[in-house]
Amino acid sequence: MNTPASENALTAQIVDLRKVYHMDSQYVTALDGITVSFERGSFWAIMGPSGSGKSTMLNLLGCLDRPTSGQYILEGQDVSSLDDDALSEIRLKRVGFIFQSFNLIPQLTVRENIELPLYYLGWDPGSSAERARELAAKVGLEKRLAHRPSELSGGEQQRVAVARALANDPAILLADEPTGNLDTATGEEIMRLIAELNEQGKTIIMVTHEAHIAAFAKRCLHLRDGIVERIERADR
Amino acid sequence: MRTLRLARNVRLGIKNLLLHKLRSFLTTLGVVFGVGSVIAMLAVGEGASKEALERIRKLGSQNIIITAMKPVEEESAQNVMVFMSIYGLLYDDEMRIAESFPAVERTAPVKLIRKEGRLGARSLDLRIVGTTPAWFDLVQRPLIAGRVLTARDMAEKGDAVVLTEYGARRLLATQATIGQWLRIGGNYLQVIGIVKSESAAGGSMQTPDQEIDAYIPLDVARERFGDVFIQATSGTRSMEQVELHQMIVEVRSTEDVEPTASGIEAMLKRFHKKTDYRISVPLALLRQAEATKRTFNIVLGSIAAISLVVGGIGIMNIMLATVTERTREIGIRRAIGAKRRQIIGQFLIETVVLSVCGGLAGIGIGLFIPWLISRFAGMPTIVSAYSLVLSLGISMSVGIVFGIYPALRAARLDPIEALRHE
Repeated sequence: MNTPASENALTAQIVDLRKVYHMDSQYVTALDGITVSFERGSFWAIMGPSGSGKSTMLNLLGCLDRPTSGQYILEGQDVSSLDDDALSEIRLKRVGFIFQSFNLIPQLTVRENIELPLYYLGWDPGSSAERARELAAKVGLEKRLAHRPSELSGGEQQRVAVARALANDPAILLADEPTGNLDTATGEEIMRLIAELNEQGKTIIMVTHEAHIAAFAKRCLHLRDGIVERIERADR
Repeated sequence: MRTLRLARNVRLGIKNLLLHKLRSFLTTLGVVFGVGSVIAMLAVGEGASKEALERIRKLGSQNIIITAMKPVEEESAQNVMVFMSIYGLLYDDEMRIAESFPAVERTAPVKLIRKEGRLGARSLDLRIVGTTPAWFDLVQRPLIAGRVLTARDMAEKGDAVVLTEYGARRLLATQATIGQWLRIGGNYLQVIGIVKSESAAGGSMQTPDQEIDAYIPLDVARERFGDVFIQATSGTRSMEQVELHQMIVEVRSTEDVEPTASGIEAMLKRFHKKTDYRISVPLALLRQAEATKRTFNIVLGSIAAISLVVGGIGIMNIMLATVTERTREIGIRRAIGAKRRQIIGQFLIETVVLSVCGGLAGIGIGLFIPWLISRFAGMPTIVSAYSLVLSLGISMSVGIVFGIYPALRAARLDPIEALRHE
């Protein structure tokens, strides 16, 4: 746990992270002191029953939320107590999200969906279109650029989402049940794509409750009642 | 770069609005009619008041007009057998006014006599205006043919008459106009010129008096027709003696108008036992008309403002629904890294695009309605560029004012909650 790994080898690090929700005059502890170091190029699966704190952890890692206490260091920067604007900036530059329900914007084309992070990064239309084409090719959808999400299959939509998550070349790629809405074969296809990205050096943290999906990851973190139950090293 | 981004955002906004064409269209209707009514009302108001102002301005803003008036007491005393009523301005009044007030530039006396004018078989009831050349300088009526009265006509007491275009058409018809001899009463007068007709005010049916004017030298009128008029009306005959019916006094500048007018009033009071005159100051009328116009505009403006507020509320309502409907999209954009102000910008631009499109359509309606009114109701309307710019500005502000709340609502959404939204 306290491995004196050099800062550079770590992409992200959480130290004694706690998150307490205040709901209906009751306090609910979602995360109760978690310490994990995510090395560069690692591929993590976070598992656990519902209510174990998986989603909370992913939201904190994705800078969508702030911890009640503890530290979150992303690429050497403590982001645990940044304000909304600064967190948005971190998400924009360092985080990529893949969701269970794809979360593409229906009125935009595939190309425009992939370009979305670049738009907020302030890229000019020419180079962002170029980048979108590259990314679409990478996920095998270069022929679908002008289509709308509703014209694509579930697997294709998730590929678009992967391409979009890669657009800003993020430090960590967060996936929340990426195969949850897909059939087994398509799900495995998406997992092979994600695993391939990891091979190419991306740090990936994925929440899942399916063991065969978790098997794609190199490490598996089991959460229970807001604390780390155990960490497994998968042999692949 | 910034404007490029803005253009992109506007394009995106238009695209989003076009996804729900009918809804966007219905939403803008409030603003369309609001803006349309602002422009149309201003155009009608402007047209009506311009006409009124024009008429007053024609009387001259540096002029004071003194008109003879039958005194009220006299009129009621008519039953008690008054043989002849003597009233009105005196020849001496003109002289006194011209000499006592240094600010007075010129005076033009007017003596009015109703006589029939004849030329061959044609006849027309004329209003003989005995006056001086100064009248043509003070009352602007462009010359069409020939010449107006001159000092020589005055000095020689020439038998000269100037007709209006209308009178000339009726009397002279196709014959050569200038040089004809007109019989008025028992006298022959030679037509020396024709002045332009006064445009009839707003399509009124009657021929205004000034259309049948025949201008002759004052002294000629005095000598040939005298000062006593016998009127035979429904059995009773009344006699009146009036020297001058009207006097137009021009002062050097507009500042001199009011003091001179009150000076003249004080002087006339001294020489006239009865109040048999009325002093009117076109400048005061002008000011009054302008004040009325302002009030009118304020009232119209308030009505229009209310309709625009209603339109704005319609837009706000729809934008709030849109924000709820697109909660998920907002969540996605926020997760990807959009800042709150970028979400605000996105929705605000959509609202402004909506309201400005409504404003542009409203300008179309605002141009069309006055055209219809002018065409079919014969009322003058004036669409000023100022009202177009104003209403476009207003519609843009309606978009901003009523768009800011929905946009803030959108930006305030918690991204995690928004992503979970179905």
